[in-house]
Amino acid sequence: MKARVTVTLKTGILDPQGKAIEGALRSLGVEGITSVRQGKVFDIELESADPARAEALLRQAADKLLANTVIENYRVDVMK
Amino acid sequence: MNAAVLVFPGINRERDMARTLRIVSGRSPAMVWHAETSLPPRTDLVVIPGGFSYGDYLRCGAIAARSPIMEAVRKFSADGGLVLGVCNGFQILCESGLLPGVLMRNAQLKFICREVYLRVERSDTPFTRGYNAGQVVRVPVAHGEGNYIADGETIARLESEGRVIFRYASPDGMIDPNWNHNGAINAIAGIVNEKGNVLGMMPHPENHVEDAVGPTDGRGLFAGLADHLAKAA
Repeated sequence: MKARVTVTLKTGILDPQGKAIEGALRSLGVEGITSVRQGKVFDIELESADPARAEALLRQAADKLLANTVIENYRVDVMK
Repeated sequence: MNAAVLVFPGINRERDMARTLRIVSGRSPAMVWHAETSLPPRTDLVVIPGGFSYGDYLRCGAIAARSPIMEAVRKFSADGGLVLGVCNGFQILCESGLLPGVLMRNAQLKFICREVYLRVERSDTPFTRGYNAGQVVRVPVAHGEGNYIADGETIARLESEGRVIFRYASPDGMIDPNWNHNGAINAIAGIVNEKGNVLGMMPHPENHVEDAVGPTDGRGLFAGLADHLAKAA
């Protein structure tokens, strides 16, 4: 079973990398972008075929390591 | 002083730290590999040095904070043992939950390697008894992620409990955004935990202890620790 954990910065946390990318897009002439926030994506393969168990496991992984919940949120998507 | 310096893959300041501990206390520290599950017997100070543990993968300090030796450090600190984390060591302490908050990318997006001035906020801690409160010390920094932040409630607690130990300041001790080189909230450069036995700081006091190098303002921190531990022994 495959799954994806997406980690993003919480609202209000300064994201200097996102800001730099935003500026670079503007200088490339890519118009119409009002803001960029950078995050991380983890593509994960699991032994389990049980979506509920997989989700619990991935939440544990995210809480323990993948995200720093002081500054980051995460989302777990189990691919069917 | 029976210091233990932790060594993680990618750390590069452990020899500076060991040299300083030896020069100031007269005793070489034990070097403890991250895969160990216990600290040497009679350890009275754990030092987590600077560098780029695990290449700063995932987040600075994130992987090192979950290594086997950190369980032993957690127990050691719960029993009141002194823990000092410098630079990447501070990041590791935050990631391990031994200190609150997090160190974000410097506000100007640049790696900063230079001397800074720190105002010592308190002299009544084992780490700062070698200084006077309000004293300004000159020490180097070298980091890309030193911009300390925590949620508002945590910052209010740190301030009300007097747990901010070092702040970036001007040479005459004024807190001024122009001298807060990485944008840290409230110009925070170093904090202690609730019990006051775990200190994390971004600057490198271990690099300013020898006359041959220049200023020796960092010596006070280690001399104070050595004195504290000698009296406790």
